[in-house]
Formats: sequence, structure tokens, C-alpha cells
Amino acid sequence: MDKQEKLLELKNVVFSFRTYAGVVQSVRDVSFDVRKGEILGIVGESGCGKSVTVQSILRLNPEPPGFFGGGEIIYKGQNLLELSEKEMRKIRGKEIGFIFQDPMTSLNPTMRVGAQIEEVFLGETSVSKKEVKEKALNIMRMVGISDVERRYRQYPHELSGGMKQRVMIAIALVSQPSLIICDEPTTSLDVTIEAQILDLLLELREKFGTSIIMITHDLGVIAKLCDRVVVMYGGKVVEQGTVEEIFYETSHPYTKGLMNSIARLDMSREDTLTPIEGTPPDLFAPPKGCPFAARCEYAMDVCYEYPPERSVLSEEHVASCWLHHEFAPKVDLRTGGRKHDE
Amino acid sequence: MKRVVAAILTLFALVTIVFFLVRLMPGEPFTSAKLTAEVAANMEKYYGFDKPLYVQYFQYIGNLLHGNFGYSMFYTNKTVNYIIGQGFPFSADLGIRALVLAISMGIVLGIIAARNRGNKIDVFCVIIAILGTSIPDFIMGAILQYFFGIKWGLLPVAKYKGFAYTILPACALAFYTLASVSRIMRASMLEVVQQDYIKTAKAKGLSSLRITCKHQIRNAIMPVITMLGPTVASVLTGTFVIESIFAIPGMGKYYVESVTQNDYSMILGMTVFYGAFLVICNLIVDILYGLVDPRVRVGGK
Repeated sequence: MDKQEKLLELKNVVFSFRTYAGVVQSVRDVSFDVRKGEILGIVGESGCGKSVTVQSILRLNPEPPGFFGGGEIIYKGQNLLELSEKEMRKIRGKEIGFIFQDPMTSLNPTMRVGAQIEEVFLGETSVSKKEVKEKALNIMRMVGISDVERRYRQYPHELSGGMKQRVMIAIALVSQPSLIICDEPTTSLDVTIEAQILDLLLELREKFGTSIIMITHDLGVIAKLCDRVVVMYGGKVVEQGTVEEIFYETSHPYTKGLMNSIARLDMSREDTLTPIEGTPPDLFAPPKGCPFAARCEYAMDVCYEYPPERSVLSEEHVASCWLHHEFAPKVDLRTGGRKHDE
Repeated sequence: MKRVVAAILTLFALVTIVFFLVRLMPGEPFTSAKLTAEVAANMEKYYGFDKPLYVQYFQYIGNLLHGNFGYSMFYTNKTVNYIIGQGFPFSADLGIRALVLAISMGIVLGIIAARNRGNKIDVFCVIIAILGTSIPDFIMGAILQYFFGIKWGLLPVAKYKGFAYTILPACALAFYTLASVSRIMRASMLEVVQQDYIKTAKAKGLSSLRITCKHQIRNAIMPVITMLGPTVASVLTGTFVIESIFAIPGMGKYYVESVTQNDYSMILGMTVFYGAFLVICNLIVDILYGLVDPRVRVGGK
């Protein structure tokens, strides 16, 4: 993929929650962009701020207790953070669709499926009721729901998990948004359904040129789907680049750790999976240096004291790690190489 | 159908247990000082107390199946049916007014409170709820009588002879139910707001009013319906305190009186009547569940 027009750009976004125990800094200075027609993956372990980041794009996080601490979210040239609630409603569902993690709980149990899809058009006077229904039925057919006339009148509990997620996708797609945000859309589905849903997303991108943000903690999904990847840890972006760069030129110890903790086909029977030792940082009081330092096998003194600079490794590839500093010992992360300490 | 059979069995068990329980109460129906032993014996014979208990029981059940609650032992020449027929219309009339007021206002208050969580409006609604659940109805009734009836002279203090007369007792009676409905509705609304599908609705670009009306209320109203079964039954069949404060000739008075007078047939009649009412209300609640939530449709697919 060559340089394309930026559809969405997050610049230094900070988002926190006020709780009884103090302020949780969930998203700390996150910047990345999404281009037209691309699929951007966001990986990271639970609690690293992935979901809060993407929900903050549509301002879906409850405010209060949540609040923006700074930054800009530029969508098609306008800063979403400056829009009024009313203007924001025109973006939600129409310009940017959202697919949630758990289809079991993300549909209203007391409302018919068809009505839930059609609701996206509420308040739009340009389309008639009949057209709206036609659109809903079409989109249902397109996302692979069979027997749409009957499904249209059914309630969510009458559908299987996979069907429910298809309905969620239909809701996200029905008004043909420019961007779809998928927050772990297949985590709660079984593998066969997962493969179908992923194929469906790819197909939709082909058809409409929709951009997709794909949140997952499954590197397999990333490899299958994404053009570029953002790796998040402790509320920050630690590494981003094209899929090839992330997989073959891994440049952050955390990304390396993620790679080492999944099974590969070329592993021998004796090889064991290496988990990342330790726990993620406490976001009530995040460390002043690199968030990953405490768990990093390459950590140096500087890592605990100062947040790492962004090192630009190629046109797309950026990693925030002190190892890329010219004074740092040279470490080959790709071979899982040891620290030079002679 | 299964529910109807269960309901009938419940009623049968209720009759049986109460029938034998009342006999365990200390004292007897005919204890007036003026009664001579001979007259008392005659009375007992007249009511069939000379027969063995099980015979009396089967006789009672037989009568009950014909819809006959028997004669009162205190109001000696009136049947229980007649007394219920006299009192129930008043109790039910007052009860319906109170319920309509309590349920509609309670739900609205609960919704308003939940939508304004944490600010002054919410605090105001919560205070009403606390007052309503903590002030006993006889004090509430007396306060209303004092201000609206005596001090400002706006409404009649007692009796039950037209719309103006119904306002104060209905308010007094409604207050407690109103408060509990609003409390439950508020809590339930706040729980529903946390649900994932509310976020889905928000991500569709819906306004918060639309989300409340179309997504929250229907899902939040279940606990209110649950509490309505017993509440409706007890409010409609008369409340002793409110009826006596406002001098309303409802059923409440007879129910309490029957116990103090050891009026066996009256206690039984009232209990069965109330029990039947409760069972019916709960059946209606079950049906309502299905209407509100498609996941719990009663019977069939």
C-alpha cells in the first residue's frame, strides 16, 4: 500500500476516567492514522487501552466519569472533539460504524432485529420507510443472513451468536460508513464462525472500499486481515508499521513478547511458549519511564527514568523504545537474541 | 394452563391451612357476656361446630365450590358474600385510583431521576422515595387531612361520596407504592444504562431521549412489574388504616375485625378472596412479562 489519503487521524489523544480510587489514565498520548480503504489492526493485551481509544473516536465512553485530557481526532478534516453532541450524532452510525465485542449483549433483547437495523436512519427525512426497510433487508442478505424476511421480524434471542454478530455488522454497515471500527468482533465466537466473519469483513472492504479498524489480541487475525498494525501497551502506542514490518522486523520487546507467546507451525515439539512475565502497569500511577520497562528483559536504567523517544525505522515503521537509540547496545529482537553484555 | 392448575392448587392449600389455623387461635366466636351457655350451644349447633372438624372442613369446601362463604359469626345475619359485596367496590375504587397515580407517577419519577443521576433533580426524586417508604400511611393520611382538609379547606376530610372525596385517601394510599415504584425504576434504569446494547444504540447516532424511550424503559420495567402483583392485590382489597382514617366503608375494616372477633367464616372468606386476587394478579404479571420481554413468552413458542 502506498501513501494514501488519511481518513482519520488521532493526534496525541489522552483519555482518562475519574474513579473513587483516583484518575485512571487509560489512553496516554496516542497517535495513529487510518487511510482510505485500509484495514488497521490494533493489538495489545486486555486493559492496554485499545477499546477506550477506539470508543473515544466516536465519544462513546461515558463522560463523566471519563474525560479527554488533550489531543485531536481529525476525521475528514474536522476535529471530532470540537463537534457538538448533535453534530456528533450525524457521525455515529452514518460516517463511522461500530461493531462491538459481544453480540450476545450488544443487541437490545426487547426489540426486533429489523427495527434495530433501521434505527440508524432515524431522523433522516430523505429516505422513505419503504426504502429503509429495503436497505435493511439488502444489508442483511449481504452479511449472509438467510431467510431475511423472517429474521427481520425476529428478536435477538432467536438468533445464534454468529447470526447476532452478522446483525451487528449489518447495523454498522447499513448506511455505508467510510470507516468501521471493530472492537474484537470475533472474540466471543467459535473459530468457524470467526473465519466466516473475517472473510465477510474482507469482502466488504473490497466492495465498498470501507476502511476498517480491527481491534484484537489475536495475531492470527492481524496477519490474515490487516495492512498496518498498531501495538498498544499501557495506554500508549509502542510500535506501529506494516504487517510485514511488525511480524518480520519486530522492533519493540513487547511486540516480540507477543510473538513468542503464540504457537507457530514451525516450532518443534521441545519448544515451549514464552509468556511475558509480570503484569501490565498500574494506570492509576503509570511509571514515568517506558511502561514496559518492568517486564522487559532488555530494560536499561534509562528505560525506568525517561519515556522512550519515537524512533522512525522506515516510512511506516515507528517504535518507541530506547534500544533504537544510538548509544544503546545492539540487540537483534528477530532472533530472540540475548542482550549484549560482555 | 399449567399455571392455572398451580394457581388452583395454591388456593386449595391456602384454604386448608387457614381453615385449621383459625381453630388454633385462642378464644371462640361466641363469647359475649350476655350469652347464656344454652344460647351459645345453640349458636354453635347452628354454625355446625358440634360436628367433627373434618366434617366441617368438607362442608366448608363444598360450600366454597358453590361460591358460598357462609354466614358471618359476628354480624350474625349477614353472609360473608354480602359483606364483601358491600365493601369491595369502595376498596377497589379507591385502590384503582391510588394505583394509577402511584404506578404512572412512580415510573415517571424513576425515569427522571435516573436520567438526571447525581444532580438536584435526582436528589429531589430520591428524597420523595425515601419519605414515601418511611412515612407510615396513617401519618401521611393525617398530614393530608390537616393541610388540605382543615387548614386550607380545599378538600373534604372524610367519607366517600364523589370525586373530591377520593383525592386525599388515594394520595395517602398511593404514596408508599409510588415511592417504591420510583425507587425500583430508578435503580433498574441505572442498571440498564450500563448494558452493551445502550452503547450500540449510542453508536448508531441516536439521541439520548430516544435511547431512554426505545431502549431503556422497556428493558428496565421488569422489576416494577414483578413487584406489582402483590402490591395490586393488597391495595385493591382494602387497607384497614387508610379506610378507617378517611371513614371509607371498604373491606379493610372487616378483615381486621374478623380476626379480633374470632369470626371464623369471615377470616376464611376474606383470606380466600384476597388469596384468589393475589393469584390472579400474579398470573396477569406473568402474562405481562411475556408482552414486555419476548424472551419469557408464556407457554408455546
